[in-house]
Amino acid sequence: MNFDFSDDQKQLRDQARKFLAEKCSPKAVRVVLDGKAPFDKELWKGLAEMGFLGVAIPEEFGGAGAGHLELCVIAEEMGRANAPVPFSSTVYLAAEALLIAGSDAQKKKWLPAIASGEAIGTLALFEGKGNPSPKSIKLAAANGVLNGVKKPVPDGAIADFAVVAARTGSSGRDGDISLFLVDLKAGGVEVKSLTNLDPTRGQAEITFTNCKAEPLGAAGDGWSILTQVLDRAAVLCAFEQVGGSDRALEMGRDYALDRIAFGRQIGSFQAVKHMLADMYVSATLARSNSYYGAWALSTNAAELPEAAAAARISATQAFQHCAKNNIQVHGGMGFTWEFDCHMYYRRANAMALGLGSLSYWEDQLIDRMRKKNAA
Amino acid sequence: MNFDDTPQEAAFRETARKWVEANAPKELHAELSKSSLGRIRLANHDIVDVGKAWQKKKFEGNWACLHWPKEYGGRGATPIERVIWQQEEGVYGKLTQPFQIGEGMCGPTVMAWGSEDARRRHLPKLASGEEIWCQLFSEPSAGSDVAGLRTRAEKKGDNWVVNGQKIWTSGAHYSDFGLLIARTDPNVTKHKGLTMFFLDMKSPGVEVRPIKQANGMQEFNEVYFTDVVIPDSQRLGAVGEGWSVSLTTLMNERMSIGSRLATGVPELFEFCSSLMLEDGLAIDDPAVRSRLASWAVKSSGLKYTSYRAISSLSKGEQPGPENSIGKLVSGMMLQDIASYAMDLQGAAGVLTGPDEETVQGQFQQMLLSSPSMRIAGGTDEILRNIIAERVLGLPGDIRVDKDVPYNKIPTKGR
Repeated sequence: MNFDFSDDQKQLRDQARKFLAEKCSPKAVRVVLDGKAPFDKELWKGLAEMGFLGVAIPEEFGGAGAGHLELCVIAEEMGRANAPVPFSSTVYLAAEALLIAGSDAQKKKWLPAIASGEAIGTLALFEGKGNPSPKSIKLAAANGVLNGVKKPVPDGAIADFAVVAARTGSSGRDGDISLFLVDLKAGGVEVKSLTNLDPTRGQAEITFTNCKAEPLGAAGDGWSILTQVLDRAAVLCAFEQVGGSDRALEMGRDYALDRIAFGRQIGSFQAVKHMLADMYVSATLARSNSYYGAWALSTNAAELPEAAAAARISATQAFQHCAKNNIQVHGGMGFTWEFDCHMYYRRANAMALGLGSLSYWEDQLIDRMRKKNAA
Repeated sequence: MNFDDTPQEAAFRETARKWVEANAPKELHAELSKSSLGRIRLANHDIVDVGKAWQKKKFEGNWACLHWPKEYGGRGATPIERVIWQQEEGVYGKLTQPFQIGEGMCGPTVMAWGSEDARRRHLPKLASGEEIWCQLFSEPSAGSDVAGLRTRAEKKGDNWVVNGQKIWTSGAHYSDFGLLIARTDPNVTKHKGLTMFFLDMKSPGVEVRPIKQANGMQEFNEVYFTDVVIPDSQRLGAVGEGWSVSLTTLMNERMSIGSRLATGVPELFEFCSSLMLEDGLAIDDPAVRSRLASWAVKSSGLKYTSYRAISSLSKGEQPGPENSIGKLVSGMMLQDIASYAMDLQGAAGVLTGPDEETVQGQFQQMLLSSPSMRIAGGTDEILRNIIAERVLGLPGDIRVDKDVPYNKIPTKGR
């Protein structure tokens, strides 16, 4: 059994960690947090130069052609650094949708632009409150144009193109949904930035008015493609969450060693030690579930739907748990703007919702386990 | 990243599989498969009898204690081969329950600290199942703080004379030998005054009394020592070095990688899939699904954590400390799952008869037994301390009795 990343993949992780430690310090994250820039353009450029943006994009489309295990280790480091760049929307959502369903021409147009850092992409799925479901998609597609409103769209205000989920039928079945590619710099699109919990990752409302769009994948295949994209993104986001969990745990541990109260390190009190031990347990379970997700993702295994849901739930819970208790270990200082704890707290709770909430994925997991048990 | 064996591992697995296929007591397979939680109970057999028969067969086939050196009855197998063997032995591994303390703790301690004579005399018989060993560490006033134990051993000529009481000794009533830690010097600090011995459990002055547990069962014992004589040749390690010796034993306790701990998740999933609530099946209820999913990911997280450890072994590495989380997570889960499964049954959840719609009272039994899972082999609190100190590098507890001679430590008169 070799249920671990290879030495080369671990080396890539170290390389990414070193790069991000240098280019994505908490100070750099704060520039975006404080609203002084919509995202870290320099970092984005650097990620492209390092080949990280296109690590899982095939060479024929301008990527490094490495694979998804390589993308997983980079994702972990992006989460650890709390990177304020549109990595997940561009790489996990838009690029994955193109890889699954894009025509040769569509891949040629957008994938090299993603890998080189020239194009930011996103997935426009949600229309207000609620979790992913075919029913919730009202935005209409007819005669090659889209009409409707999407929100929240992650990184929508800085994206160059979007994969848009639209309604093309009214049978009440999954086949009513189709996907479209939209160049957001062309006409028929109105973009409005929305304030949100985690300002280091923007959210937007996009209104489409007779907006020209080209189909992505076959008509009526939209929901099936979306399900695959969300599963793949769930695994990749889980790695970001694992990286974030580990960092929050480290911050709490370091503070517990540093802070003296009642004449001793607070890390010598069992109340604090046990809280940190429990954070370690959550983070470890999440890591192990995510490794299984990575295996399923990289081999396109039949187990991917179940593995993705398990990784998603486990990593969401771990990141929320570690980020929350990191503040608790810090006490009052953890509740200041000055300390970095709240950046992870914000990110953890925003990520918990991004691909659909925890209860949605719990529901999915049980469905998928039942399917497997029945088979 | 893959789940495949190396060619060598695959060949070993094939050999093991064939041997199990040809030799295992298949008539017990169904019964062993069913009893996933707690102690094994067989309808028509004593676990010790069938366990001894299986252990003997394994020993003769060179499959007993396989990580031990050959000269002591083992196979000289690598750690990963041991894991593969456990996987192939499958449910029949449950038959080895009476030997686990001997194989996992007492044997390795004798191997590390015993004389060559002691090793050659005792280890092969332990491996063959001919002799069963138990571990005599815990005492009524020394549980998590085992170094605070009181049982006294006093030197009389070439012998030691032991007086005191041990508790929570699994299998003492059918054991032939015991590994005993006792206080040989009460005038020094508590860790320094301890010495390790082994003894014949049939020695005069040894009295074994079963403990009736909170769940109504009797699986553990109290062991009383009244002027029990142990020859000095049965001392393991130097006088006063008992604490270091005990660490060998306890380290081995935590090395059981690849052994799958019960979590209750498959049982709960099955139960919810058939339980009818007012509005339909329990598993269709969003609240039930949410709880079930949270437990399912903990259970899968444990499974893949052990796969990561096996992978380290396969590469010849020492697995990391992440394995210490297994018992901590599964113990709490068993208890929580049991109480949730009963909650789903409403007032009828209290009933435990075999005719009730309560899956033969299995969750009620789980509820009553699960507290022991959170205590035995290191309490949840001790395990959290271990993670915090050894994994995260946090400071140890401030020990108020650290520099105090043992006989000056306050005892509240007990």
